[in-house]
Formats: sequence, C-alpha cells, structure tokens
Amino acid sequence: MTLSVAMTVNGKAVSGKVEARTLLVQFLRENLGMTGTHVGCDTSQCGACVVDVDGKSIKSCTMLAVQAEGTKVTTIEGLAPSADKLHPMQEAFRENHALQCGFCTPGMVMSAIDMVKRHNYKLDEATVRHELEGNLCRCTGYHNIVKAILAAAPAMKAAGV
Amino acid sequence: MYDFAYHRPKTLADAAAALKGKDEARAMSGGMTLIPTLKQRLAKPSDVVDLGGIKELAGIKVEGSGVTIGAMTKHYDVSVSPDVKKTIPALAELAAMIGDPAVRNRGTIGGSVANSDPAADYPAAVVALNATINTNAGKHAADGFFKGLFETALKDGELITSVSFPKPEKAAYMKFRNPASRYAMVGVFVAKTKDGVRVAVTGAGPCVFRVKAMEDALSKNFSSAAIKDIKVPSKDLNSDIHGSAEYRAHLVGVMARRAVDAANK
Repeated sequence: MTLSVAMTVNGKAVSGKVEARTLLVQFLRENLGMTGTHVGCDTSQCGACVVDVDGKSIKSCTMLAVQAEGTKVTTIEGLAPSADKLHPMQEAFRENHALQCGFCTPGMVMSAIDMVKRHNYKLDEATVRHELEGNLCRCTGYHNIVKAILAAAPAMKAAGV
Repeated sequence: MYDFAYHRPKTLADAAAALKGKDEARAMSGGMTLIPTLKQRLAKPSDVVDLGGIKELAGIKVEGSGVTIGAMTKHYDVSVSPDVKKTIPALAELAAMIGDPAVRNRGTIGGSVANSDPAADYPAAVVALNATINTNAGKHAADGFFKGLFETALKDGELITSVSFPKPEKAAYMKFRNPASRYAMVGVFVAKTKDGVRVAVTGAGPCVFRVKAMEDALSKNFSSAAIKDIKVPSKDLNSDIHGSAEYRAHLVGVMARRAVDAANK
C-alpha cells in the first residue's frame, strides 16, 4: 500500500511516498538521505535510531513513517545551531571523548538531550547510568558518555536549549 | 515486514468499523510489540488499524477512590502522573520499569493488557489490583481476562478503552528483569485490600497467574515471613536460555517476599 506522508524534519517541511510498512528511520535515511540516524539492532533495543518526535524521544526503527504524519521530527542533523557550532550535548561528547567508533552516538546524543530536559537540567551519575538503559554502546564502557551528559546538563541550561 | 493496508481512524467507532469483518486485521496501539513482530515476519496482517489518532482513548482520571487509565495512555505518562502516584504509587513505579525511556514514550497500557505477553508488566497489576478492563463492548473482570500465551477474553474486534484500578491499602511490584530486554523474568505484584490479599505473577508462566497459597497466608499475616516456606511448583513454568522453570519458581518466592516488604515500607 503506497501512501503519501508529510512531516516537519529539523524545521523543514518534507513529504514523500512510502509503503505502509516503511519505518520512520527508513524514510529519514532512504527518502530524505539523512543518514545520521543509525540502525543498530533493528529490534528496538540498542537506541542508535533514537530521534525526537513532537518532543518525545522515540526509536525510529519501531515507528512507521505514516505514524509520523503531521509531526515535528528532530534528528541528530538538526541539533547544531550552525555549521561551525555544535549543540552543547555534541560539544560535551567531543570534549569528553564520549565516543569511539561513533555508531551509537547519534542515538546517545538524542536520548541524552531528552534525559536532561526530562530531569529539568539536574542529573546525577546514578540517574544518567539508569536512564541510558535504552542505548547500547559496545566500545566506551559508558564512562565518558556519562561524564559528557553530566557536563552538558548545565551547558544546555546556560545556552537555553 | 510484509506490507499491509494502513488505517488511522479518529474515533473508536471508526476503528471498530475498520476491523470488522477482516479476519487478518490487527489493531495497533503503541506498536512496541507489534512492529518488532511484523519486522520478524511473525505476523502477516492484511490491515493495521492504528489507534494513535483516537484522542478519547488517552488520559488518566481519578474516579471514586481509584484511578482509570485510558487505553492509549503511554507508560511514561502513567509513571509521572501525580494522580497515579498519589492513588497507587506501585502502579506508577511499575510503569517506570517497562522497557526504556524511548519505549515508555510509545508503549501503552491498552496494548500491553490486550497482548497478554507472558513477560509483560501491566497484567500483574491488573490481576493483583483486581482492575476492571473497559472495552467498546462492555467490561471484563481481571480474573479470567488473561487466558493464556497472547490470549485474552477479548472478542474479535473488541477494543480496550480504559482500565480502572481500585485503590489498595498497600501494594508493591517487584521485578527481576532480563538485563537485555527489560522484560520480566519474573515479576510479582502484591496488593492488600479490604477484601484480602492478591498476589499476581508475570514472566514465569504462559500468562499472568495468582498464587493462592501466598494470598491465604498473607491475608492472615501480611509479612514476608508468612510466605517464606511457600514453594511455587515449577511444573508448567517457562524455561528458556535466560532461566529454567525451577529458577523462575524460586524467583517467584524471592520477588513476592521483596514485594511484601516494599508494600509494608
């Protein structure tokens, strides 16, 4: 079944033809060519595909593109305010060496931003470690990811994002 | 995933009409179980009726001394609801233990209850709290609703609209989670009400079940010591790479005692 779908991705109105079974992550990567959002496990466990839909972090490998009709989607490509300035969470990941191979990083960053906002910019280490339960990293051992998120929380508050 | 016809009705009546007369149609709430199932080609529905556009199905209401949760209410919204936290804190805590933050932002109580996954969390709360399952065709009592592996008393085309939970005197849920999937290896919900104590177990068997011997002992003496010698038979319990039936039977006792202790805190 071919359907038309329209949504806002990173502030830009987009539309396309998809099958009913097309996943949101496939629409982002294959129709829009935005390959920043990754598919790790394809079984809803690893979190590499996390994007923001209407203010909620979701796993885009477990949502149909047609379910995102009319929504506002933010992906990793939509975070940096300009070409030479990163989002405070991205900057904190860079500063704290919070990635090695980088495959999980887009989902980690998206989940981390959601986490900081849900906790009103106040996080402690135990909370961060617990809240990362939906994102898997096979390289870092999480230590620097936790450090980066703790560093980014006040930076996000200061930057008003 | 096999392709299907997609419907996104705006009302419950339209959803029921879209499902009617189609043997292979499936309703989808949050899709947190259905979409992974479709991706593995374990199901091949002709039609998927997405309930996500039906506004009347979401929301939490305090009714009498209890709380009624709309079928399309997300786990996250239950976990942070001041009404649920005040009325039945154990239910908010259970919702916060499901999956992970991104899954809780999509998964719904109606979907969890309708699916009767052997390792889902909500069925334990529904049975232990003696909740009422409200549908577009009437009401179901918690006892007798969960019939087996992925099997409930819902008729073809019958959709859950909400679940009503009476307020218990004391309640707690304890779960031993599978560390990868966060599903319950064993989860035990214990509730003490004026009518007695109910102990519901999920994760261990083909579907949620009650442990009568523990309920009787706890009705006389609501303390973990009262059930320390009660053994749950491992016959008919689940056995897989994560744990044997004997191990799960053992965990039922451990989780039940921890739940009683937590309820008494």
